[in-house]
Amino acid sequence: MDQGSAAGTGGTFISLSDTEQRCYSGLYALCQPDSSGKLAAGKVAELFRASQLPAETLHQVTEVCGAKRLGYFGCGQFYVALKLMAAAQAGLPVRLESVAGELPLPLFIGITNELEMRYPNHPSTNESQPHILGSLTGSAPRPPADRPVLRHPDTSTDKQEAWSPPRSPGISPPRSPSAYRSYPYGAQRNGTDTLLAYDGKVAGCPSVPQENSSPSHYSLKLQPEQPVITRVASVERLVERAEMDYSDDPWRITEEQHEYYTNQFRSLQPDLSALIMGTVAKNFFTKSKLPIPELSHIWELSDVDKDGALTFPEFCTAFHLIVARKNGYTLPETLPATLRPGFVEPGVVPAPPSEATEPLIVFDDNMMPGANQLEMGSVDLQMTSRPGVTSKQDTRDESRKPEFSPKRIPDPHEKPIQHVSTLKPDSPQELDANMKSRTRPRSYSSTSIDDAMKKVEEPPTPPPRPQKTHSRASSLDLNKLFQQSAQGAKSGWLPRPPALPPRPPATQIFSFLPGSEKSSQKAVQQANFADFSKFREEQESSVRGGLSTEDLAPPKLDSTLRHQGHAPQKPVRRKLHPESQSATPPSAAPYSAATLTKSTQRPPPKQKREIQMAIRKNRETNAVLTRLNSELQQQLKVVHRERVTLESQLELLRPVAST
Amino acid sequence: MAVCIAVIAKENYPLYIRSVPTQGELKFHYTVHTSLDVVEEKISGVGKALADQRELYLGLLYPTEDYKVYGYMTNSKVKFVIVVDSSNTSLRDNEIRSMFRKLHNSFTDVMCNPFYNPGDPIQSKAFDSIVSTMMVQAF
Repeated sequence: MDQGSAAGTGGTFISLSDTEQRCYSGLYALCQPDSSGKLAAGKVAELFRASQLPAETLHQVTEVCGAKRLGYFGCGQFYVALKLMAAAQAGLPVRLESVAGELPLPLFIGITNELEMRYPNHPSTNESQPHILGSLTGSAPRPPADRPVLRHPDTSTDKQEAWSPPRSPGISPPRSPSAYRSYPYGAQRNGTDTLLAYDGKVAGCPSVPQENSSPSHYSLKLQPEQPVITRVASVERLVERAEMDYSDDPWRITEEQHEYYTNQFRSLQPDLSALIMGTVAKNFFTKSKLPIPELSHIWELSDVDKDGALTFPEFCTAFHLIVARKNGYTLPETLPATLRPGFVEPGVVPAPPSEATEPLIVFDDNMMPGANQLEMGSVDLQMTSRPGVTSKQDTRDESRKPEFSPKRIPDPHEKPIQHVSTLKPDSPQELDANMKSRTRPRSYSSTSIDDAMKKVEEPPTPPPRPQKTHSRASSLDLNKLFQQSAQGAKSGWLPRPPALPPRPPATQIFSFLPGSEKSSQKAVQQANFADFSKFREEQESSVRGGLSTEDLAPPKLDSTLRHQGHAPQKPVRRKLHPESQSATPPSAAPYSAATLTKSTQRPPPKQKREIQMAIRKNRETNAVLTRLNSELQQQLKVVHRERVTLESQLELLRPVAST
Repeated sequence: MAVCIAVIAKENYPLYIRSVPTQGELKFHYTVHTSLDVVEEKISGVGKALADQRELYLGLLYPTEDYKVYGYMTNSKVKFVIVVDSSNTSLRDNEIRSMFRKLHNSFTDVMCNPFYNPGDPIQSKAFDSIVSTMMVQAF
């Protein structure tokens, strides 16, 4: 036997019990055996890590089983390694002798959980096991599927457990002949050979055994759709993953899809519990290049609470419908149960898989004639089946099944009418009940104008609200900003009327410059545009130095004058100006005083220093002012937006008589 | 059960009109169009109340020998007109009101859809289905 001969050192024959053989062969298949039976090292390493044994134990295992010597894990080595790991986990030393006896199965966290769930009872799950193992081996020839298959066991073992039992009885009969033929139990436990044979069988005729071997865990329906799917590049990966997934219902959101949608939601709206506004969602979904009527229909389907915004589940629903539509699925008339926001994964499968495909594709044909009544019936059904109302869900599921079958019949009218008639006695009450539940935000009585107005107002108000906070925040920032720039003088400025504070300092500055001639002011004004001219002038002559010092004082004056020009416009600006002028006048006042005193003496180095200080201060004020400018521009935009929305609201609310 | 249901925009052009096809649709279109005058008349009378309790439900606009026309106007000047067969054992006023309420709700849902441009003809299937429930089941 392969295993025995490859057992390495002692050449001891290792006997495996049936369960162990099954488990090991499953794990073997999990580790991606290639054609010669060698296992992928990465997978093996992952598996070993999952066993949660210490590293040196794993090294010992590797050594003992002979893989180290050989350099790879063949089937025999792998089996021995598994047995050794089981021994280690049982507390026995890692020796070949210890594997001679009966040992429990080795535990691999995350992987064996699923496998052991799939092997709940030895005899009864004969049927489920082949197809599960078949699915595992079916994964081998399809490399891209491995990761999702492995991930799914890790992330969604519960789901699979819930899924596999109901699936297997319905699916095993067509498959079992092929499975049993190639996967004999018990007697010829030539694990390697049978596995290889099975792999060969799978590889040989990919389409049929793949379908047979992976019925419940891969969607049959999506395989004919593959050419359609490959056309769409953007969601190709997603749909392949969906294909790989265990759901055969294309309206079910898989784990990866869910993650992808979560990321997309976060990119639009960081808070997962908040809403995405209609316009934001519209812009986002328009990028999908679907025609607008279809997007409109998708929106209607997915916005369950009809509030004009999407919650996170609604967003996932909408995104999923778009993905499905891009892959060629026609949109359903009503929201499938699996996409409903309150949907909880049930163990009950809504409809047999084979029937599920037909209606999805046939919808288009039967759209117009019988669709109205079907819609009516199904809309009633949709309204009735709120999440959590399982009884109604069952009735809906049951009634859905017979509804599907009439669609296949060329004459769809009769049966839907029957169903509609049976549902009619329920429908008025359900409609009312549903109206009450759906129309939470609106309560129209005949004279509920206020509510109607509130309803009308609800969509526009959310956008302005964050902007208001922004404006407040920006003004707070400005306050903080000027707290830094001018300390201590802030508190006194705020309550005062805007015009007064700037002027007295300006007049003071004026008084400080009694001797300033108009010509010098003009020269100064020109010099303002290029402060560098001061440097040059100063370097050239000392006579000019006198002028330059005076130049520096009036630039401050001009800047303050400019401030005054802006003062009446906005309260924030008014707050600003006292700060800037409190900054500038004290500096200007002593500075101008200094210049006056120094102008008499005019020592060049002191002038240089003063000039440099003045330049620095100018730069600071410039920076402050540019920052202020940008913030005020933003505020201006905000206010413009507010104004536009208010105008539109006014338009709507204009009294009737004025028309 | 209505024989014809119409949604008319603020500028008095139809956004949605649907009638039972057995009787000539042109007749209903004409009826709805002329009913707009009555709507205007009713509104101008109430206009003094301005922002306060303006009735959305306008009531019976006018009866003819064959049918009755009811009107309803929203605050954004969108008008709903329902034409009801006179031979129909008179529907109570409350029933007409509830029909208008349903219409208004479903119209609001259509409005909430960001892909719907106000002023476009209404092509929503959900809206269609609501209207179908209210129309005479002649199919």
